[in-house]
Amino acid sequence: MIGDMIRAIRACKTAAEERAVVRKECAAIRASINEDDQDYRHRNLAKLMFIQMLGYPTHFGQMECLKLIASAGFPEKRIGYLGLMLLLDERQEVLMLVTNSLKQDLNHSNQYIVGLALCALGNICSAEMARDLAPEVERLLQFRDPNIRKKAALCSIRIIKKVPALAENFINCAASLLKEKHHGVLITGVQLCADLCKVSSEALEYFRKKCTEGLVRTLRDIVNSPYSPEYDISGITDPYLHIRLLKLLRILGQGDADASDRMTDILAQVATKTESNKNAGNAILYECVETIMSIEDDGGLRVLAINILGKFLSNRDNNIRYVALNMLMRATTLDAQAVQRHRATILDCVKDSDASIRKRALDLLYLLVNDNNVKHLIKELIEYLEVSDQEFKGDLTAKICSLVEKFSSEKIWYIDQMLKVLSEAGNFVKDEVWHALIVVISNASDLHGYTIRALYRAFLTSTEQETLVRVAVWCIGEYGDMLVNNVGMLDIEDPITVTECDAVDAVEVAIKRHTSDLTTKAMALIALLKLSSRFPSYSERIKGIIVQNKGNVVLELQQRSIEFNHILQKHPKFRSALVERMPVLDEATFSGRRAGSLPTAISTSSGAPSNHPNGIAKPATAPIPDFLDLSSDDVPAPSSSGGDFLQDLLGVDLSPTPAPSGADMPPKASTDVLLDLLSIGMPLPVQTGLSASDILSSSQDDKAPFVNFNGLASLSSLSANATSPANAAPMMDLLDGRGPGPQKSEENGQAYPSLVAYESSSLRVMFNFSKQRGSPQTTLIQATFTNLSSNVYNDFLFQAAVPKFLQLHLDPASSNTLPASGDGSITQNLKVTNSQHGKKSLVMRVRIAYKTNNKDVLEERQINNFPQNL
Amino acid sequence: MIHFVLLISRQGKVRLTKWYSPYSQKERTKVIRELSGLILTRGPKLCNFVEWRGLRVVYKRYASLYFCMCIDEDDNELEILEIIHHYVEVLDRYFGSVCELDLIYNFHKAYFILDELLIAGELQEPSKRTVARLVAAQDSLVETAKEQTSSITNIIAQAAK
Repeated sequence: MIGDMIRAIRACKTAAEERAVVRKECAAIRASINEDDQDYRHRNLAKLMFIQMLGYPTHFGQMECLKLIASAGFPEKRIGYLGLMLLLDERQEVLMLVTNSLKQDLNHSNQYIVGLALCALGNICSAEMARDLAPEVERLLQFRDPNIRKKAALCSIRIIKKVPALAENFINCAASLLKEKHHGVLITGVQLCADLCKVSSEALEYFRKKCTEGLVRTLRDIVNSPYSPEYDISGITDPYLHIRLLKLLRILGQGDADASDRMTDILAQVATKTESNKNAGNAILYECVETIMSIEDDGGLRVLAINILGKFLSNRDNNIRYVALNMLMRATTLDAQAVQRHRATILDCVKDSDASIRKRALDLLYLLVNDNNVKHLIKELIEYLEVSDQEFKGDLTAKICSLVEKFSSEKIWYIDQMLKVLSEAGNFVKDEVWHALIVVISNASDLHGYTIRALYRAFLTSTEQETLVRVAVWCIGEYGDMLVNNVGMLDIEDPITVTECDAVDAVEVAIKRHTSDLTTKAMALIALLKLSSRFPSYSERIKGIIVQNKGNVVLELQQRSIEFNHILQKHPKFRSALVERMPVLDEATFSGRRAGSLPTAISTSSGAPSNHPNGIAKPATAPIPDFLDLSSDDVPAPSSSGGDFLQDLLGVDLSPTPAPSGADMPPKASTDVLLDLLSIGMPLPVQTGLSASDILSSSQDDKAPFVNFNGLASLSSLSANATSPANAAPMMDLLDGRGPGPQKSEENGQAYPSLVAYESSSLRVMFNFSKQRGSPQTTLIQATFTNLSSNVYNDFLFQAAVPKFLQLHLDPASSNTLPASGDGSITQNLKVTNSQHGKKSLVMRVRIAYKTNNKDVLEERQINNFPQNL
Repeated sequence: MIHFVLLISRQGKVRLTKWYSPYSQKERTKVIRELSGLILTRGPKLCNFVEWRGLRVVYKRYASLYFCMCIDEDDNELEILEIIHHYVEVLDRYFGSVCELDLIYNFHKAYFILDELLIAGELQEPSKRTVARLVAAQDSLVETAKEQTSSITNIIAQAAK
């Protein structure tokens, strides 16, 4: 018996016991299924349904459902259909087998069996079944019994959602359902019409013309109807019908002034007459408000609607407040002024104890912030940040940061607010946010002193906020001298006495703090190196701190401390030049990178607005060994970029020839950072764009040590990193003054035919391929774009995306203007690394965007015809 | 539309699940786990809505059972509360002051009633009396069929004697 099984399962004390019972039952059911025992079939299925509800697999019972449905009796069919709906869903192939039984049952003489079939069809039918059985359902919309008609109406909704093309068959029948008196048929009919409007504009037009009057009349009748016990809910006759009628009217009125006009009277009546002391009434008012705000209206009704929302907002019931906030959000686009009036209440809701309400209110408040109220609201929000729940802090912080950034016209205000956020909830601040803060600080040269002092104060009080520590450490490294000497004192500041010793202490605290993560510690190390030059008298102490990290278990830190120690010890004359203050970080580039930093495999070459080649490729690396005068003739491909140089500089490897391969070179991460350090103070145009994130890039380096630890900072990963070679350039200037002579990259070892990758009436794209010797996986592609039309193309942008097994690097294009009629071309270099070399060919999706005659053109194409073996 | 209906006990046991949108068995388990974590932990005075994966879940607690319905963002949450109550009232009328045990041992009945109330995630009948009448009519069909079979088996049994 099923009851026995349920009792047995309920008696289980542990999950293991329960599993055992279920396993035994399932085995018995399987055995019974194999014997094809008809008498127990429905009992078995009932058990299976219960077992399924507990989350166990029951697929083996699916066929039993079909057998029960195919049997003649009502009890079998009833349980069979129930099982079908519970054990199967529309994605199972087995479901198709039931189509025939369904068809027979839809034509059955017993209306309850027809009802069962309609219910099953409405709940789980697939697109194929919808197509097969739509005529049956359509016919049943006119069945004599209203209970079948209402089921058929809902079933039709499922059908038209699955196959929108069938919608037009249902328009007429649906319209006739609107004239029904039976409430069940009426609400389902209205719902069907609403769904038809969503999938078919033809239906929308039809109902708008033919049915608006009738619907308004029906709504009026139901609003004014006398008490009817059957449909009454807290004094209102059939609120469900009210709501569905309002919803359909909304769809019909939206974007149509005439239809809207016809419904304004009844909407006004509903809005004013509906009782608002019970949930049912409020549900109707809520729907009515939404309809009023969606239809075309002169504004009189809207005032009414916003007033209702205002009343909702001050309601004590949390549900009502929640929906009010939800609706006000939509109202902001219509009448921001009216919503602004409720700002104080909304702000209170942000501080509510209910997480759902807080979230709604915060989203709404976010929309309400403007230039006039931003200071006040941000102050309130930051104050609330101190006391808010931990789980809400993330959301709240993100919103505050976004707002502060959006309204950051006054730099000092921006910096102040960000510092407050960092000290309160620094651990919730996202990387790009504090990166942006550093960029802004770097740009606000008149505020450097003020900022560093404010940061220092904040740092003393809240060291547990990771991002605050990072920003503080970075600033102390850069502007430590200003901290000590009270440079650039503002009137509003209190004077503060900080000694050089205090500044070094602060960084030491940061590096020794056990909660500091790798990024913070790495930043602290760099800051120390910088301070050693700012405060020469503390140089020895700093060296001491750095040396302590020489044995650090994290390879990254160990490496850096060794390197820095070398700089301090062996290259004192370089030091001050190396650690000069960072050039001002370029805000435009940074925000551009942020906007463009999508996590896809698309690499976009910036359309080179300022035309500085911020992605100079490999050639720059070649001269390094030369000017260092290390016999470079027998050096293999210098693909390890700055790696050799770094080693040389640090004197790590003083053997006459540099290490023969790049594979055991110093790891990429530290290379970068050191390179960055080295390039500091070289305000070359080349620098500005990159350094912002390079110095910040340490945060992405967390994983690097592991890669490196395997000794596998592989050639490709090194060379794929476009920034390091770029940074190599100024470094050479530093040491030698020799410019990076244009050097050809490795000659291709093997010739491949050129490929017309893309050709349309307006544009031709040619690909020339070459390979680097020694790295067969990597293909260099030179793309040449030719304009075949008679108009000039501006803002030319080529983008490419590749599947995961490929790695793509795109260099900047030679220009972003393509002259007309093939009179010149643009070239752009791509580098593709195929991790499945030899197994899979290259494939690429390209998108080309440009402007011609002030029109934006976008062309897309998949390129599959690459030569084999690339 | 209503994407699914869940009945969860205060201990997190599932008492009824009805899916109107396709969710695989694996997703279903995950959904139930996520939602019971979200809903069962909420305090008594808070609002009856939670936002979840871009959808809303409206729930209401009756004694030890949470009735949850998941809807689209633009559906009327307040109305869903009424529908939940509607269902509970029909159950109450059918079982005569319903309790959790009724729903455990007669879970199929709870499904039959729900199927007279909702199809395709939409409300089908606003009248409690009609729902009760339709369910009762089908129950009696089952009873008659049972009586018939038992009388046939009796006849056969007697004939066999």
